[in-house]
Amino acid sequence: MSEGLYSMEAKDYDKTLDLTKIKPYGDTMNDGKVQLSFTLPVPAGAEAEEAAKQLLKKMGFENPLVVYQKELTEGFCFMNCYGSLTHTVDYTNIHVPKVESTTMDMHECDDFIREHVGRKIVCVGASTGTDAHTVGIDAIMNMKGYAGHYGLERYDMIDAYNLGSQVPNEDFIAKGIELHADALLVSQTVTQKDVHIKNMTELVEMLEAEGLRDKMILICGGPRISHELAKELGYDAGFGANTYADDVASYVAQEMVKRGVQNVGL
Amino acid sequence: MQQSKVGLDFEKVEHARGVARKIADQVQDFVGNYTTVAVERTICRLLGIDGIDANEVPLPNVVVDELKSKGLLGQGVCFFMGNAVLETGKSPQEIAEAITAGKLDITKLPVHKMEDIRKALQPYIDANVARIRARRQRREHYIETIGEGSKPYLYIIVATGNIYEDVVQAQAGARQGADIIAVIRTTGQSLLDYVPYGATTEGFGGTFATQENFRIMRKALDEVGEEVGRYIRLCNYCSGLCMPEIAAMGALEGLDVMLNDALYGILFRDINMQRTLIDQYFSRIINGFAGVVINTGEDNYLTTADAFEEAHTVLASDFINEQLALLAGLPEEQQGLGHAFEMDPMLENGFLYELAQAQMLREIFPKAPLKYMPPTKFMTGNIFRGHIQDALFNIIGQWTHQGLQLLGMPTEAIHTPFMSDRYLSIENAKYIFNNMKDIGEEVEFKENGIIRNRAKKVLDDATKLLEAMESEGLFTALEKGIFADVKRPKNGGKGLDGVSLKAENYFNPFVEIMKGKK
Repeated sequence: MSEGLYSMEAKDYDKTLDLTKIKPYGDTMNDGKVQLSFTLPVPAGAEAEEAAKQLLKKMGFENPLVVYQKELTEGFCFMNCYGSLTHTVDYTNIHVPKVESTTMDMHECDDFIREHVGRKIVCVGASTGTDAHTVGIDAIMNMKGYAGHYGLERYDMIDAYNLGSQVPNEDFIAKGIELHADALLVSQTVTQKDVHIKNMTELVEMLEAEGLRDKMILICGGPRISHELAKELGYDAGFGANTYADDVASYVAQEMVKRGVQNVGL
Repeated sequence: MQQSKVGLDFEKVEHARGVARKIADQVQDFVGNYTTVAVERTICRLLGIDGIDANEVPLPNVVVDELKSKGLLGQGVCFFMGNAVLETGKSPQEIAEAITAGKLDITKLPVHKMEDIRKALQPYIDANVARIRARRQRREHYIETIGEGSKPYLYIIVATGNIYEDVVQAQAGARQGADIIAVIRTTGQSLLDYVPYGATTEGFGGTFATQENFRIMRKALDEVGEEVGRYIRLCNYCSGLCMPEIAAMGALEGLDVMLNDALYGILFRDINMQRTLIDQYFSRIINGFAGVVINTGEDNYLTTADAFEEAHTVLASDFINEQLALLAGLPEEQQGLGHAFEMDPMLENGFLYELAQAQMLREIFPKAPLKYMPPTKFMTGNIFRGHIQDALFNIIGQWTHQGLQLLGMPTEAIHTPFMSDRYLSIENAKYIFNNMKDIGEEVEFKENGIIRNRAKKVLDDATKLLEAMESEGLFTALEKGIFADVKRPKNGGKGLDGVSLKAENYFNPFVEIMKGKK
C-alpha cells in the first residue's frame, strides 16, 4: 500500500513545464498525480484491489494505489485510488468554441443597449419539455439573480418573461411570437438518457419549419450544456455551469448589434 | 409551559397558530363544496376498481371521464356506482369493465332509493378499508417486533427510472443505515391526470409512481428490514394532479411517508390552486387514516426566494399546513412539516441563523416529525465543499432533533446519486449523529444573542404575514406571490376543468369512515 508514499528516491522525470506535453500536477511538476474514486461490482478484498490497479494501468496510470476500500452492499466495493498519469496533451494546440462577447455588468449592459440598440430587448425564457426544474432559468431571469449577479428582470433595458417549467415547445414558440421576442432562452436541467438533446432539437426543428429560426437569438443553458453542444444542435449560444445573467445579457445585446437590430425580433 | 431554548414567547406562537386556523378555515369552507376528477377516481380505487383498458387508460379514468363528459361529475361516482351495483348485481370492477366495453351506461339506469344505494356499496367499502387498516397494523407490528432507526431518520432517494434497479439501490442504502427510502418520481408525472399502471423500467430523473411499483418496493424493503433488524419506511409523492389517488394506492400498499402539499404544486408545478386544495383535503384524510407521515414542501420556497430574508414565509406556511392537516384529521405526529438549510454558505454566521430557525421550528411544532432539507441551491459541483455543507446541516439536524433528515449528497447538482454517494452521505450523518448525540441537551443560547434574536424575528415576521393574509385569504396571497416569489392566478394553472360543485346526490362515504380515525 505504501509504494510511492513519502518516497525519498530522486524523481527521474523532467520537472520543467512543457505546455506541449502537460499532465496533472500533484505537488511536483509532471508528477501526473490523479485521485479517483469508483465502485466495482465485486466483493471487497485483495482481488478487488488488484482489479482496480489493473484498471488504473489500462487508463494509463503508473504506480496505482488503492488507499481505501469499503463494501457498500454485498458484491459492490467502493475504492479511493491514486496514480501517476502517463498520458499528456498539447495545450498549445487546443481550440474551444466560446461565446464571443465581452461580459459587461448590469449597468454597463443597460447603457450599451440604450446607446446601440435604442429600445428594450425582449427575452423569453423557460424550462421546456418535461423538465420541472426552475432553478436554472430563475437564476438567470429572476430579479434577485444568483450568486450576486442580478437577473434579467432587473435590467432596465430588458423585458424579461420567465414562463417557468414544463413548458411545451409549441407553447414556448407561441408565447415568443405574442411577446415579440428578440431572444428565446431555453433551460435544461434534466439530462438523463439525453432527454434534453431530443427536446432542444425539437425546438430548433419547429422554429425552422415555421421560418422563425433566423429572426431571433436562440440560447440554451444548464449545468450540462456547453457552447459547443449548443452550436451543434443549431443554437446561437450555450451557457454552462458558472455563467450568469450578465453573460447572457451581454451576449444578447452584442449579438443584436452585430446582426443589425432591425433584423431581430419576432 | 414548555421551556424555550431560543427564548420563544409561546403566547405569540399560539396567537400565530390561531390566525393560521382562520386562514385554513376559509380554505376549508371552499373545499367542502367541491369534488374533482381525482377525488372521484380515488373513490373508484377505494371501491376496488383497478386495471387498464385496451388503450392503457386506467379504469378509474374511464368511469370518471364518462360522468364528466355527461356533465354529471358533481353527482359523484358513489351515487351512480352504488345504483349500478344494485341494478346489475355486479361488482364495481365488473361495472367499470362493462363501461369500457361500451356495454353499460350507468347514468341511464333506473334510480333506486338513496339508502339502498349506500348499502349496496358497503361490502366493497369495508373490504378496502379493512385492507388499509391491516397495512397500518402490519407496520405497527413490524416496528414493535424488529424495531426502527432513531430520529432523525436517515432519508435517502433512489431515482434510476427502473423499479428493479431502484430495489438494488434501496436495499444497499438500507444496509448502509438509511431509515427511509424515497423513490423519486419521473419528471412530469405530477402533471399527468392519471396514474400509470404496472411495473415500469423507463423514467426520466425518477421512476413512475404506480401501484405495482409500490408493491415491488414494499416487498424489497420488508426483506431488507428483516435482514438489518430495522423497519425501513417507503416514501413517494402524492402531489400533483393525482394527489388523493396516489394516497389511496399508497395506503393500500403500505407506504409510510408521502410528500403531500398543495402549496408546492401550486407554486412549483403551476397546478390550479382550487383543484389541488380540494384534492389535498381528501388525500390527507386518507394519509391520516393509513398512518402515513406527510411531508410538506416549504423547503422548496428557499430554492427560489432568499433563505435569509424569506425564512418567515416558511414558518407561516408551516402554520397553515398544520391547520389544513388538522382539518383533514391528520394528527400532529404525522405532520412532517418542511424547512431547509439553504442560506448562502458565504453568509457570515449563517450556521447560527440556520440553527436558530431549526430550533425554533422544533419548539413551535413539538410533536411533528419535521422534515429537514439539505443544501441544494448552493451546491456547486465542488463535491468536497458540498460534503462539508452537508455536515453542517447534519449537525443542526441532530442538535435540534429533526424528524426526517433528507440526506444531502456531495454530488447534488451533478447527477442522481451513485451508490457510493449515498454511502458517503450516510457515513457523514451517522458519524455526526453519534459524535454529537446529546449536544442539544448540553448547550443553551445566550440572552439577546444572535440565535435568540433570529428566532424572535422570524416568528414576529411570520405572524405579521399571517395577519396580513387573514383578511385577504390564502388564494389572494398566492396570487400576490407571497410564497417563494411565485405568483399564481386563482383561475390559472393546470387542472381547473376537473373541478365540479357537488350536486344533490353527492356522497363520499370514505370521509366519514376515515377522517381522524385509525
